Parts: sequence; structure tokens; C-alpha cells
Amino acid sequence: MSRHGAKRAAAAGGGTSRDGGSSGVRGAGRRAESDIEVTGLYKIFGARAKEVLARAQSGVGKDEILAETGQTVGLHDVNLHIKGAETFVVMGLSGSGKSTFVRCVNRLIEPTAGQVMIGGVDVVGLSADEIKALRRTRMSMVFQRFGLLPHRNVLRNVAYGLSVQGVSKEERWERARQWIDVVGLKGYEQMRPSQLSGGMQQRVGLARALCTDPEILLMDEPFSALDPLIRRDMQDELVRLQRELNKTIVFITHDLDEALRLGDRIAILKDGRVVQVGTPEDIITAPADEYIEDFVRDVNRSRVLSAGLAMDPVTALPLDTHPRTAQETLQQERRRFGFVTDEDDQCRGLVLLDDISAAVRRGDRDLAAVVRPDVPTVRAGQHLDELLSIAADSRLPIAVLGERKRLLGALTRRNTLAALAGNWSEGGAMESTDNDPGNGRQASQKPEKRDA
Amino acid sequence: MENWLAECTGSFGRILTTFPEGCQIPLREWTNDLLRFLVGQFGWMLDAVSDRLLFLLRYVELSLLRLPWWLVIAAVALVTWHSSRRRWLTVGLVVSLVIVGFFGLWDDTMRTLAIMLVATTLTVAVGIPVGIVMATSPPLRSIINPILDLMQTMPPFVYLIPVVFFFGLGNVAAILAVFIYAVPPIIRLTNLGIRLVDPNTVEAADAFGATGRQILWGVRIPLAMPTIMAGVNQTIMMALAMAVIASMIGARGLGAQVLRGVNNGDVGMGLEAGISIVVLAVILDRVTAAYGARLDPTQAARA
Repeated sequence: MSRHGAKRAAAAGGGTSRDGGSSGVRGAGRRAESDIEVTGLYKIFGARAKEVLARAQSGVGKDEILAETGQTVGLHDVNLHIKGAETFVVMGLSGSGKSTFVRCVNRLIEPTAGQVMIGGVDVVGLSADEIKALRRTRMSMVFQRFGLLPHRNVLRNVAYGLSVQGVSKEERWERARQWIDVVGLKGYEQMRPSQLSGGMQQRVGLARALCTDPEILLMDEPFSALDPLIRRDMQDELVRLQRELNKTIVFITHDLDEALRLGDRIAILKDGRVVQVGTPEDIITAPADEYIEDFVRDVNRSRVLSAGLAMDPVTALPLDTHPRTAQETLQQERRRFGFVTDEDDQCRGLVLLDDISAAVRRGDRDLAAVVRPDVPTVRAGQHLDELLSIAADSRLPIAVLGERKRLLGALTRRNTLAALAGNWSEGGAMESTDNDPGNGRQASQKPEKRDA
Repeated sequence: MENWLAECTGSFGRILTTFPEGCQIPLREWTNDLLRFLVGQFGWMLDAVSDRLLFLLRYVELSLLRLPWWLVIAAVALVTWHSSRRRWLTVGLVVSLVIVGFFGLWDDTMRTLAIMLVATTLTVAVGIPVGIVMATSPPLRSIINPILDLMQTMPPFVYLIPVVFFFGLGNVAAILAVFIYAVPPIIRLTNLGIRLVDPNTVEAADAFGATGRQILWGVRIPLAMPTIMAGVNQTIMMALAMAVIASMIGARGLGAQVLRGVNNGDVGMGLEAGISIVVLAVILDRVTAAYGARLDPTQAARA
């Protein structure tokens, strides 16, 4: 619940803010002690790292440093604040430093400079024993190549983390069985990893990571080695698990679709630098540079964009508006329809300009007679792919509702298609930086050119 | 040419034509003095080692000799079947052993087998731990590696001499000669196997906070087992080859038969003993190789 709730709220908030700090929307699952705060993180591969560090810090680029010194800059001044219980995706192509980044968090790779604060403790400063203790109890990892122990069966693989901790055999096997059950591998306990398919092996990897009940889950391209259908399954599985577990997940991927599907927020890495951080919608709608634009071009936008983002402002007419006033308002705003709201700002239905004109001729005192209550409605957080069929079937605009069915805006076939195509009309959702879903676009007074 | 050079340069020219005699390095004397010193000082230790080994060897040898031949053959059949699950291999080995018996070489075969068993056990017992230590410590690796190179390039006859010097002619000297000859491959392969374990797997264990010891015993060694078993297999094969050569310093068994064949120009005798050695080699090779394959974790476990 909390994950989707958060996404919805963030989506309704619309924000194009690039720092990604916009959504303070985490609900019950938010745990500040499992925040990961990364400041000024550098990793330079090579014997003269410290020397090269100074050059990197003075702003010399990765390629130049490689040409001059032969040393590789893996991470270049990475600053990220990963919030407790969020799924944070780090995306980049190979060589972008994303795997290096995740390994710096649990120090499988030693950072050259910088801080990684977890719950107020700087991981970089911990002794070898302390970091091992941290890995045993507070964070675990899932690997692209699974990293299962081939000589142990599924049960003993899942229990591995606990056996490292020294938990008694009965207890660790019991807990391992529970997790095997959760990831859907019941009955496979005695199998060796080599007897399982890739997807099943990664389920073992996931169960193993969860079995120690860590706060932080580091996932290094966990689904990249799987074929597309299985990958989809595993993504769904992760979403399902995360809804219940509320772990802080650092998820590495090179696949933008995967990043958009899973991430509460996404950081895009290029040549060891963070190019952009933001919600999936931020990335899609406001790519920071050409590099990200190239990425975003082929993405299935309907899965990411929400109704709240694609909608246009509408004219809201209180139910007791005199038809003549309503007619004037609509004509002034050059619209052919308006939405009728009651005293709680709840949407009561649609009125067409032609009907209002008829009401004016009849001499009605309010809009009650001409309201069409059967208008299709969607929630602001719903993704466009869910409402394409509604948009296609309906000849009327679709009302977009926020919390407590308050009217936020409307979707027409035209702006739905425009959003999918990435064409944003003047004065459309793109331009709006209004982050509050509560009042915002409802009853917008901005002049709009509209047709229905 | 040489004379011309000597004449032209006078007495100084001698240095150019022959190695200066005064400056020879008396490695021979040093070595012999050192050996005499060691024997004098540590003779009691050598005797103790020698006695233990001899006792062990006698015990194994007498056991094998006293057991009824058919029981030994049955045991070999059982072990072969258990390791390989190959019916025709088992039948073939049983038939071969019976033929060896018909050659009249049963007792000698058992003696060689006894030397093999004791020498191999000793080699493996020393070799695997050394290999493990070598894998975990780069400085030790750089010390041990040249020693292994030396052991493998030194002609066996060279170290047969000091072994005899220390332990006298006989089976104990043979066992130690076999040890020196056969221990490098097991050390090398153990070291290699442990270091070449899939780094992804090791990294995963590391990510779960496993200590160095937990990674060594829980991940590296189990995953290196197929390579270590290949080392055991190599060691056994080399030990068998050496067991024949060691007959020159008094080892009994099939090697002695070969040696007698050589001395008497008796090709037939040499052939019979040679075939027996091959049979022994095939048994040991197939059994250890099959056990090695079973330990391969990437293979599905068989029932």
C-alpha cells in the first residue's frame, strides 16, 4: 500500500523538481535510521588513487584522467540521499559506475573519498570487523549472477546469512523455510542451485537476502540475467514483497523500463557522475540533458505517466451557478464543457455549453437539470496505460479525481495522446509546478484554449 | 684457436680458456658436511620418523597380504562401483586383477599398493594444508613456488641420494622419495583450486559478512574440491611412477620386478610387472577421478 500510495501522491504532486526532494510522502514505513546518505563519494581504480583524487576533485573529467594517468574514475562526487523504505533505483549503462556505487555502500569496494552515512554512522570509517557485522545484520545483497553457493541446497543457501551469524541450525532452517515459502519455492528446499532455472535461482538469492531481515537491500542488476517474461515476474514479486516489507532498497539496473517500474526515485549515472535524480515521472517529463532524453525516447510512457500529470485544468462550476453565468464563463474561457462540483468540491458531473444555452433559454435557476452525472472518472495516480481504453471509448472528457473525489482536472483524448507522444501543449501539465494536489488546477482561472 | 689465445695472452690468458681453479664453489663439500651434521644432530628424529613410517607401512602391507585375494578384489570392485557407477569398468578392473594374480605378481602388487597408500596419504596430508596456506598468503606463495619448481625440475635420482643418506636403503626411503616427487602437484592444484573459485560466489559470502575463515572453509575449499581431487589423482599417478624408480633404493614390490627384468634382460618379466603396474594405475586413477567428479558442486548431486 505505502509504495503505491507514495507513487500516487508523488504523481499527483506532479513536481518537476530535479533534486528529488519533493516527496515527503512516505507514510508508515518510513524509517530514518535506514536512510543512506552519500556525500562526495569518489572511487578511483588504480595504484595512485589519492594523487588522482585531487585532480578529479578539481573537476578534471574521467576521460582526461584516464588518458593522463591511466587510472579509472569509477565514481565522481556522488551525492545521494536515499530515504528509508524507498526503492531507489540507480540506473546507468555499463561503465557508468552503478555497480561500483552499490558496492561502496557495503564496502565490498573501498571508496577513495567521501561519506556513506547509514543511520548516522559513516560506513567508510568502520573497521573491518564492524563492517562485517553491519553486512551480517543490517544490509544484504542480491547479485546479477546470483552468487549462490553451488555445493549447498536451496535451504542451506537461504540460511547462509544466518549461519554466518552463528544462529542455531533449527532456527535458521525454520526461518529459511519461511522465506522459501514467501518467494514461492516451497518443495525445492533440497535442490541444488544448478538444478533450478535462472528465475528460481534469483528467488533463492532474494530469499537469502531477506532471511537475515536486513533494513537495507542492495540489489545489483538482480534481474538482468533473466529472460524478459521471468524478469517481469520477478519485478512484480519485488513490488509485492516491498509493499509488505518496506525495506530500503538500492536497486541497480541498466534497463530504464525496469527503473521506471520499480523506482520510487531514480538516479541516473553517467561516467561515475549523477546526471539526474528524480521520480520516474520527473525523468520522463523533464530529462536533465540529451543523454537522458536519448534514454527516455523509447520508453513506454503510458506505464509511467499518470492521469494527474497528463490532465488539463478544467472549469469547475458549482452546482448552484446560474446558467447564464456558467455560459459566460465558458465562453470567456473558450471551452465547450465544464465540470460541476458541489459544496465539497466533489465532482457531480459534466455540463456541455450547448445544454447550458438551452437551460438559459428555458430560464433555469441552476445547473441541476443539465448535469450529465455519468462522466467517466479516474484517479490522479492511475497510469495512462490503465485508462487508455476508457479514453478511447468515451466521447466525453474523463474527470481526474484526487483525494475524497475532489476534481483535479480532465483528460481528453487529445491530451492523453499528446502526453504519450511527449508533446506538451502550452500551459499544459508540464508547465505547472504546482505541487499541491489539493487545490491547484481545479477551477483554474488561467486562460485556456480548449476543445472537447 | 685455444692455444693461439693462450700464447698471445700469456698466463693471464688461462683465465679466458679454462675456469679459474682456485675460485671453485665447494657446494659438494658443503652439502656433504651439512648432511653429516644433520644426521649427527637430528639422527634420533630421523629414526623416529623412519620407525613410525616403517611401522605404518608394515601394518598396511601385512594387512593387504594376509587378506584373501578374492576379498581384496571384491573390495576393489565395490569401491570402483561406488565411485563410478560404471558396470563395465568394474568388471574390467576385476578381470585385470585376476590376470595380475595369474602372472604370479599378486604379493608384489599388494606391496606396491601398500607403499602407494602410505605415500599418498602422507603426500595428501601434507600437500593440501600447504596448498591452502599458500593460497591464503601471497608472501608464503612467493617462497613456496620456487621450492616446488625446484622439486619438479630436480631429477629424481638427485634426491634419492640424500634420502638414502638419511633413511638408508629400503621402503622408508622409497616413501620419502615418492613424497618429494609427488607432493608438488597436489600443493599447486590445491592452491590453484582455492584461488580460482568463482569470485562472484566469494563476493556473495563476503556481502553477508562472512569472516575470512568462514569463506575459506565454507566456500573456497568445498568449491575447490574438484581441483583438489584432480591434484590427488595427479599425485597418485606420479607416486606410482616413482614407486617403480624407488625400487632402485630398495623398495619392494612391482618396481623390484621391473628392475630385476632390466638386470636380467628378461623382457617378459618386465612386461608382466609393467602390465600389473598399469592395472594398479587404472584402478587408482579411475576411482579417484570418479570421486573427484562427484564432488563437483556444479553437477547435480546423485542419489
